[in-house]
Amino acid sequence: MAVSFMEGNEAITRGAIAAGCDFFAGYPITPATTIFSNMLKMLPPRGGLCVQGEDEIASIGYCIGAAMAGKKALTATSGPGISLYSEQISFAVGSEIPLVIADVQRLGPSTGSATRGADSDIQFLRWGNTGGAPVIVLAPKDAMDCYVLTVHAFNYAEEFRCPVFIASNKEIGMTRESVDLSAVELPSLVQRKMFAGDDYLPFQAEVNMAPPFLPIGGSKLVRQTSSTHGPDGYITIDPETISRMQQRLEQKIVAAQERITLFEEDLKKDSETLVISYGVTARAVEDAAAMLEQRGRPVSTLTLKTLWPVPETLLREKAASFRRVVVIEMNQGQYVGEIRRVLCGTKIDFYGQMDGVLITPAKIMEVVEDV
Amino acid sequence: MYSFLNENRPPVFCPGCTHQNITKGLDRALIELGIPADKTVIVSDIGCSGLFDTFFNVHALHGLHGRALTYASGLKLADPELNVIVTMGDGGLGIGGAHVMASCRKNLDITLLVLNNFNFGMTGGQYSVTTPPDAITGSEFLNQAEIPIDICAVAQSAGATWVGRCSGHDVELSERIAEAMRHKGFSLLETLGLCTGRYTKRNNLTPRVLEEMVDDLPAMGGVVEKNARPEYGELYRKLARQKTEFPEPVTIERAYVLDTPESQEIVILGSAGMRIVTAGDIVCYAGMAAGMNVSMKNDYNITVLRGQSVSEIIVSPNTIGYTGIKTPTVVLALSEEGVQRRHRIFGTLPPATYVLKEKSVAIPETSAEVHEIDFKDHAIKKQDWALASLAVLAKKEKLFTREMLDYALKSRFNEKTYLKALETVEKMVQD
Repeated sequence: MAVSFMEGNEAITRGAIAAGCDFFAGYPITPATTIFSNMLKMLPPRGGLCVQGEDEIASIGYCIGAAMAGKKALTATSGPGISLYSEQISFAVGSEIPLVIADVQRLGPSTGSATRGADSDIQFLRWGNTGGAPVIVLAPKDAMDCYVLTVHAFNYAEEFRCPVFIASNKEIGMTRESVDLSAVELPSLVQRKMFAGDDYLPFQAEVNMAPPFLPIGGSKLVRQTSSTHGPDGYITIDPETISRMQQRLEQKIVAAQERITLFEEDLKKDSETLVISYGVTARAVEDAAAMLEQRGRPVSTLTLKTLWPVPETLLREKAASFRRVVVIEMNQGQYVGEIRRVLCGTKIDFYGQMDGVLITPAKIMEVVEDV
Repeated sequence: MYSFLNENRPPVFCPGCTHQNITKGLDRALIELGIPADKTVIVSDIGCSGLFDTFFNVHALHGLHGRALTYASGLKLADPELNVIVTMGDGGLGIGGAHVMASCRKNLDITLLVLNNFNFGMTGGQYSVTTPPDAITGSEFLNQAEIPIDICAVAQSAGATWVGRCSGHDVELSERIAEAMRHKGFSLLETLGLCTGRYTKRNNLTPRVLEEMVDDLPAMGGVVEKNARPEYGELYRKLARQKTEFPEPVTIERAYVLDTPESQEIVILGSAGMRIVTAGDIVCYAGMAAGMNVSMKNDYNITVLRGQSVSEIIVSPNTIGYTGIKTPTVVLALSEEGVQRRHRIFGTLPPATYVLKEKSVAIPETSAEVHEIDFKDHAIKKQDWALASLAVLAKKEKLFTREMLDYALKSRFNEKTYLKALETVEKMVQD
């Protein structure tokens, strides 16, 4: 068995290549830079394109242009770059442009700490667009997840024609670890549905679905616009048309919530507490759970890999038999609000830490045991 | 006569607006060039110039304020066959200035039409980056305190390979547009125009005055000889084609079976230039060769040639969860900076922890088992101290055997570096 030694960022690029990504544009920013530098080594030999934009706004703009020409595009940045991406993310959300965005999170606010990890952007990724339509956010916990979730991210971007985020973290992206990529079966690839009829209306879609795609530059003329548009891609002020479009943007993702739900669980008999976490923190939670089990006080764990749309069905189902839920986050408490909303009535304790260092298993044990 | 104009969506500009002329001029240019509609895209920016994509039967993309060139660049890179035209006003020019300059520098084959009408027409006639100081605008006195930009001069100095300027009422407008489009590379054509809805209500501007303005401004003759160079896409593809080797992941074959595999936490405390990260790699490679799981975190300054360099490694027969260091089993103290960075750990070390410290390095009080070594005495240069420490560990069969270290070095280095590393190792294991 030959095991690889790589950081999470490299695993994302290998996942992207496996997913058929053929376009990358980015701008260097710690701790995401090595996604860019790896793509720059990997794409040219595979016939893909990898360029550096003049800034973050341009980099994601290049991706939007390339995606509209039919490419599978990836960009990568960290919190300050997501801020700059924001207006373009809104465009991609509202105009249904498939895009994968890796956010290797660092400690915010603002420039914060370039080399310190945190799950800083969990709400920002969801709500950092004008209009409030949903996006998909996946959270890896290690290099293997970076690899696999990137393939899922491309599949979702293709199917739902929306930006899909990989909410990584400096502590995953820049941590090198042993990983056997050949040991995992990747999901089969999904390609965006192409239009096959005669008269192409670029935003004519079936109920709760993304519209079929045609590339700019193909034989049928395509219109793309960031303005509020009807099925024909022209500006509209017709309230019914606008409402239908808004509903569809929402529902195409919300209605598929159960299908988009990715997670890991370790439910133990005789445990009264369910610890919910995501990202790199989940690893410390698993360590803590193992030690508590050794001490004869088992707790169950649920690791969310899909953060948005909120896996409401899963949360309700998994939490149902527990007396108490504990949520651990590497921030001041961003996602616990969603869990409280979904599991209202359940006793929910929370521990958040945002100081540039990983939450230790010992701290988690202390929080879990402090009944 | 064939036209690219969309009969169902006639232009909706104010009466007398120069944009109407540009629309017709662009249509005539497209006809003259005889380019296929399905290989042409109009990318429109914001404001009234942002309406252009709707008037033509070609591919269209309308996006955000000032960002049109970013989408245009992505489209052109992805599909080199596309004829890409960007329409942008003086508003978009201001917001997207960085993209205009980058496009000039990159020289992708895109035609940018700058529809300069000296103000933000759509939002109420506010001043823009091209408004003269003596103009009366919707911005009270603000434009009196600034000077307008000559985008053509900026484009020339930013490396544009084709720059032109004319009145939007020029009888040769369509020829100028066609000329700009024929140019292989980035072309910028600035047209001076009338915003009848806002600007000309308060400022005396007529087609004749526009002609005079063009005459008074520096002449722009199209091709900029001093900037002549290959088109970006062609050059990019040529350079990229030379990159044929796909970087496969680094893999380590399992080569050893340990009798009693144990979890180890190793902390290497050094400074920039001491090849700390490389030493960390080697520890990990040795661990992986024995079928262990490994993780490594490095902490070094952003100014990479100065300051601490710390590597934290876990080697474990079990799945590694938390990647932080709890209780190090081995600490290599190789520089003051590195020790300072993690000075807190020394007080927590149990007696079983093996600390290897260089003679010149002071460490805080600790209960750990401290071994001192004088690398200078062994004629080892500072840059090799980390590697030499690994040789010391191998000699004492801490972490790995000499054989495992050798295997890791072979896996990590090319032949030449490997042989050099071996010399250092030999020095340490001889006596």
